[in-house]
Amino acid sequence: MNLLLRLWRSSLGKKYVMALTGAALVVFLVGHLVGNLQVFGAPDLINQYAHFLKSKPLLLWGARLGLLATVGLHIAAAFTLLSLNRSARPVAYATGGAYAATSRSRYMAVSGSVILAFIVYHLLHFTALNPAVNGVGDFTKLTTDLHGETVPDVYAMMILGFNVWWVAAFYLIAQALLFMHLSHGLAAMFQSLGLRNHVWWPRVQLLARVVSVALFLGYASIPLGILAGIGSRYAADARARAHLAAAPSSAATVLAVGPASAGKEVVR
Amino acid sequence: MKVKLKVWRQKNRTSAGEFKTYESPELNPNMSFLEMLDVLNEQLAVRGEEPVAFDHDCREGICGTCSLVIDGKPHGPHRGVATCQTYMRSFKDGDEVVIEPFRAAAFPLVKDLVVDRQAFDRIQQAGGYISVRTGSAPDANSIPVPKEDSDLAMDAAQCIGCGACVAACKNASAMLFVAAKVGHLGLLPQGQPERYKRVKAMVEQMDTEGFGACTVTGSCEAVCPKSISLDFIARLNRDYAVALLKGDPKKAASGGA
Ligand code: HEM
Ligand code: FES
Repeated sequence: MNLLLRLWRSSLGKKYVMALTGAALVVFLVGHLVGNLQVFGAPDLINQYAHFLKSKPLLLWGARLGLLATVGLHIAAAFTLLSLNRSARPVAYATGGAYAATSRSRYMAVSGSVILAFIVYHLLHFTALNPAVNGVGDFTKLTTDLHGETVPDVYAMMILGFNVWWVAAFYLIAQALLFMHLSHGLAAMFQSLGLRNHVWWPRVQLLARVVSVALFLGYASIPLGILAGIGSRYAADARARAHLAAAPSSAATVLAVGPASAGKEVVR
Repeated sequence: MKVKLKVWRQKNRTSAGEFKTYESPELNPNMSFLEMLDVLNEQLAVRGEEPVAFDHDCREGICGTCSLVIDGKPHGPHRGVATCQTYMRSFKDGDEVVIEPFRAAAFPLVKDLVVDRQAFDRIQQAGGYISVRTGSAPDANSIPVPKEDSDLAMDAAQCIGCGACVAACKNASAMLFVAAKVGHLGLLPQGQPERYKRVKAMVEQMDTEGFGACTVTGSCEAVCPKSISLDFIARLNRDYAVALLKGDPKKAASGGA
């Protein structure tokens, strides 16, 4: 206990917390991405995956609570350090200060705050299925038949969800800021944990770049692919069955009626 | 040559400060930046105005007394050079040069461009030393030191404690200074007995003084007149983590006898 208290009270200790929770979140981001990329397969693929997760409530809730605690710790450390840092420089420089610092390193709290807003929205959108935030309607009405069982149609929900342009835009903005956060944060994490010397620093920086670019491309491909027409016919059927309102005129609905998108469509 | 100077003037800690603009007298481009200020002050004295207070001592880049944030960079335009070793030939005739004091809560302002950097002394006093019996000089080669270690320790020992790292950092963090001092002694055999006690004491003193935390922006390394590497901060993070995990040593019941 003494150790944890000492950790939290020291500025270096808080950075260890920041770095360890950040690392855990990055590991989650990789797993979450692999899961979500299944939307590029047949509808049953991701529906089955979602059904599998839901069928293990202990695992699911363990992971959810663990993640929540991790994010909570990361944010608590971020904001306490932020206020420490602010009070350490009470008078600003007329000439700006922060010489030679990259903007991604200077605006970690800004990118982090947008990510936080996104996390809240994302949970309301696809976890709580709150109909007020998705611009489509009641996602719980979307169901499908999986090996004779009636299960939530996660595939249709994703397609319909991202066919709303402003939802897709917000996801893309948040992903861009996550990229900014991680392109600095991942390398900083190694520094904060002391895992660096003159040989390893260039490698650490390369790793940070590769991982943050890969995560950005992976995550951005989902709303972009859907806007480009993936699964639009399947989703239109699902929408009709569930009696949901048509999406506000988006690029995807326009594309969906065109012949160009027909070939890309995944037929169930 | 001549330059236009925009200088921070503040009577004392409690009064409000402001920028004042001065035209420099005719300058020799081979004057140092501090000599330029000397000439400015002579001119001010002749006019009956209060001279600009600024810190300086050795004027040869080894004592760490000179400071100043010049056009947004501590120690002026060059890398790895202190203010006292910066020459007017690095500026152009007619340039406007903005001069501010180091700004940090832990470095309270004294007057004009002079700040109180005793917080660094207190961090040093907390653990930046080794305990040895002084006396006649020991035999030079009685303790072998690997060449790489002594080279690295000497890199860290270059730190002149000027505080430019704090001044440049957006968080006013003293990590590079503390890392240099901890790294310097921690790399050498003579520093081992107190290695983990030292790092805890110095970090705790650093936190007590009100410096900010490290965000790995690299400003400190970029402005350091001795080009101390960020690698030392990683070493400090490592040593502090090990020290925390080791915990405090057991108190010996009989004073260890
Ligand atoms: C998916 C979510 C997130 C991931 C993967 C993530 C990852 C990271 C990583 C790896 C670091 C570097 C740690 C270090 O410097 O040692 C970091 C730093 C930081 N994070 Fe996050 N983060 C996330 C969300 C957030 C959120 C929601 C905030 C909210 C404000 C935030 C604020 C910060 C700040 C301010 C720093 C820099 C702290 C400093 O160096 O002073 N992050 N993050
Ligand atoms: S005056 Fe001594 S280092 Fe500049």
